[in-house]
Amino acid sequence: MPGLKQTGMRVYQWFEDRLGLGKPVIEAMVHEVPASTASWWYVFGSAATVLLVLQVVTGILLGLMYTPSAGHAWSSLEFLDHSIKLGWFLRALHGWGSDFMIAIVLIHMAQVFLFGAYKFPRELTWIVGVFALLLTLGMAFTGQVLRFDQDSYWGLAIGASILSRVPLIGGSLVNLMLGGPIIAGPTLTRFFALHVFIIPGLLLAMVAVHLWMVLRLGINEWPMPGRLVNKTTYTRDYQKLTKDTGIAFVPDAAWKDAIFAAAIILAVMACAFFFGPFGPSGQPDPTIIQTAPKPDFAFLWIYAVLAYLPPSLETPVIFIAPILAIGAMLLLPLLSSQGEKHWSRRPIAVLMVAVIAVTLGVFTHLATYTPWSPIMDAWTSDPIPIAYLHNRTPLERQGALVLQNKQCRNCHSVGGSGGLRGPALDGVATRLTEDQIIRQVLQGGGNMPAYGNALSPSETTALVRFLSTLRSDNQPTAIDASRNMVDPQSQTGSPGAH
Amino acid sequence: MNPNDTPTSQDEQATLDAAASARRAGHSRRAFLFKLSLLANGAVGAVLAVPIIGYLLGPALKKVSADESWISLGALDDFPQGETRLATFRNPVTTAWDGQTGDVPCWVRRVSGTTVQVFAINCAHLGCPVRWFSESKLFLCPCHGGAYYEDGTRASGPPERGLFEYEHKLEGNALMIRAGKMPTLASKVSTSPSLTQIAGSTPTGQLKAIAMPKPRCGSCQG
Repeated sequence: MPGLKQTGMRVYQWFEDRLGLGKPVIEAMVHEVPASTASWWYVFGSAATVLLVLQVVTGILLGLMYTPSAGHAWSSLEFLDHSIKLGWFLRALHGWGSDFMIAIVLIHMAQVFLFGAYKFPRELTWIVGVFALLLTLGMAFTGQVLRFDQDSYWGLAIGASILSRVPLIGGSLVNLMLGGPIIAGPTLTRFFALHVFIIPGLLLAMVAVHLWMVLRLGINEWPMPGRLVNKTTYTRDYQKLTKDTGIAFVPDAAWKDAIFAAAIILAVMACAFFFGPFGPSGQPDPTIIQTAPKPDFAFLWIYAVLAYLPPSLETPVIFIAPILAIGAMLLLPLLSSQGEKHWSRRPIAVLMVAVIAVTLGVFTHLATYTPWSPIMDAWTSDPIPIAYLHNRTPLERQGALVLQNKQCRNCHSVGGSGGLRGPALDGVATRLTEDQIIRQVLQGGGNMPAYGNALSPSETTALVRFLSTLRSDNQPTAIDASRNMVDPQSQTGSPGAH
Repeated sequence: MNPNDTPTSQDEQATLDAAASARRAGHSRRAFLFKLSLLANGAVGAVLAVPIIGYLLGPALKKVSADESWISLGALDDFPQGETRLATFRNPVTTAWDGQTGDVPCWVRRVSGTTVQVFAINCAHLGCPVRWFSESKLFLCPCHGGAYYEDGTRASGPPERGLFEYEHKLEGNALMIRAGKMPTLASKVSTSPSLTQIAGSTPTGQLKAIAMPKPRCGSCQG
């Protein structure tokens, strides 16, 4: 149909004469890049951009239904999940898309770091990328708030508590964040404005600048050990490399980007389909306190760090560490803009990536599995193992009852069931003498609260007597090491406080 | 000047020179006017910024006292002596679209008679909701394991201080608290611990307040 083709060309030409956008766009697409950059290692940036587009599209679609009102947001999500056709799938796509985007952005960052892509002349590309990363994380946090369930309500409480620690202006910052005296309607609307207008606007602008610089400065060539970056010769060398080995970006290099992006979108769709949307968990009613709030996956590591910081260090670390970390990322390309690019000649860079990745992974794992808090109300009705009651005196059995009644098992396990906050009590008599158990129960210590107020003297005696029997028959009881010095007779070993 | 130039071309040249000088003068005038317009826009922008910044910072500039007022938690008789109960109140400052978020819970501990303590729900560490365990006589936080004794003092875990306490009073039989703002480390109401917290409510509590071990690693086990 040559006639149709000619008509098509004429229509295109009509627009092109007026718009003039086709020529520069085609030039940008087919511009030559060094052949070495057509690599599967170079696909993460484009995949992140495609995910951003997915997030914008699914976000707008969710915006057709979502109601940014504290009284209705949660119900509008329930409505999306259950009453709107495929609403659950759109929510799932948006949620999984956000997790994938953070992961791909981090992988992209590690890759360009290891390939030395931040060095001259691409310093500003990296710096803009750092801001894009921060904005991506900002999208993740504000998105979690918009889910407006119990976790987001208490996540806001955690955010406000962290801000309140800022010296002098902490209180004002909390008011600014909440938009009022408590977490309520104005809080949700300002996070809605952040998530839907402010941060996406900035993020799209950052990505546009980032891409513009990639086009302008050229894709980082595949680093070779010993080929050093020198500001006076780099541009000439890069141009020569592009001239000698250049291939058209589209289609010669871009097909890998396209295949990977398709695979990633397919993976997001698969996750969304098989695992469904995130939440919403319980409704955002602060009077329902039977909840154990946890942040979304991307922020779990921070949650773990906050658990491990000693109180005296907490406030300084919360505010100084991010400034140092962000400052280091921003200064990196300015302080090390020349020299070796190849990872095999940059052991510290490789080590840094490995250490940071392992650290984030370990903290995320800890935040997922560590029993910092007792499992509230669990195990109080589980029986004490019969073996532990066999051949015990009435007083000792009374002690087992005290252990049960006083909710000791919220934190301590006995016979394999119970909390993991404190140590298991099964062999406690081999570790602590009766005196030490009394002291530990009454005064606490080592992160155990003191129970002097919660136990009557008779309860204490019974409990301690029971605990002193908790060892197997072939294990010796704990002895006070200093006793051997003052009382040589005890060296023969007393059977303990049975 | 080229000696071959005819008078005519000299005239033309003079005309061109005049035009160029007129253009230069015009450019200098227009550049000045452009600078003036920049100045005018700067001034208008500055004036426009005042209401915008004022609107944005509005919540931050508000006085704390404006948000707080006395609210009734109900009759004192509803709180049995020697027990700690969860009470809820509607925040005095709400919007029509706050929904459930306008309801705020708190813990009321009626020691005996008219001796009462009212604790905020928010853990002093990071604001998670603490729960009361009557048998072990502890408030426990579900987030990072902060624990408080029955009188609100810190027992263990990452919190650096005891629970936040609301100012309270009795009006007739009604228990009133001064509330309206989310308690944080920065809010004025919570910076000074109440007398009961310093002294402890019982002789053992007093001893404990003195012999209280220094806060230590929040999550070291054992």
